[in-house]
Amino acid sequence: MTIYNFYLFDKNGTLLYYAEWFRVKQSGMTREEEGKLMYGMLFSLKTFVTRISPMDVKEGFLYYKTSKYVLNYFETPTGLKFVLNTDIVSPNNRDILQQIYSQIYVEYVVKNPLCSMNEAIESELFKTKLDEFIKRTPIYSVRSV
Amino acid sequence: MSRQASRLDQKKVNSELFTLTYGTLVTQLLRDYENVEDVNKQLERMGYNIGVRLIEDFLARTSSGRCTDFKETAEKIQMGFKMFLGISPNITNWSPAGDEFSLIFDSNPLIEFVELPDNFMQLKYSNILPGVLRGACEMVQMEISSWFVQDQLKGDNCTELRVKFIKRLEDAIPAGED
Repeated sequence: MTIYNFYLFDKNGTLLYYAEWFRVKQSGMTREEEGKLMYGMLFSLKTFVTRISPMDVKEGFLYYKTSKYVLNYFETPTGLKFVLNTDIVSPNNRDILQQIYSQIYVEYVVKNPLCSMNEAIESELFKTKLDEFIKRTPIYSVRSV
Repeated sequence: MSRQASRLDQKKVNSELFTLTYGTLVTQLLRDYENVEDVNKQLERMGYNIGVRLIEDFLARTSSGRCTDFKETAEKIQMGFKMFLGISPNITNWSPAGDEFSLIFDSNPLIEFVELPDNFMQLKYSNILPGVLRGACEMVQMEISSWFVQDQLKGDNCTELRVKFIKRLEDAIPAGED
């Protein structure tokens, strides 16, 4: 079981933070372009899911799965978007994203007045805490790639 | 997991410390601006900046979703007051259209130990609260305005904060290819 990488977007689509752990293949574009592509895809998927749903949507888009990875998606009512790519055998990872929000983002970005809330996160503290947190999760473990 | 649960426990702080700190802030603003109107404005602006961040804390703690109507919003706001100030204001006086309501406070921790001098009757002492509400709601795509209609500091029986829904803010769409 593995965690590949993590994106955090704000409600305007700014890539606030990116981190990777076991990413074997790069997308071949700059991080900035990749962020835009990612955000555009998430935005379309979200709208698509809401539009096409035959029932009233409560939570909307939660994750998608390919033969190689799962993209877990969590959006707060304030429009922050947490994205975590994991391998396909990992169980539901939604609570990990929720915890990143409540225990890492709120604690080390929102409560740090020196961290601006709509620019890329520079805080070293946030960076270390997130890394520690991910490495502590049960689904994080090195696996031959 | 128990460790994480205890970590999220609210850090309790003596409300007197908070009351006095707020009092110091207001006093300092009065000294800096001299004009009471400016002080009201500054307090509102500071509140706004607090609200913008406070909403994230609120959402993370309650893990609540988007509100479906303004009634739900009112309850959430009430919950917020309980969480952050330890008081439960009553929700009353709904407008027929359901877009305006009042929060009635029997006690307001901000104004404990406070008396307004006669020459400061125009001062909206607790004006930081409407700012907080405006900032917090704006972050969840709601434009509201709020103001005090009754104030214990000005001799009223209770403190009444009126909240009015103005409009839903649109979700941002991603910028096009450039």
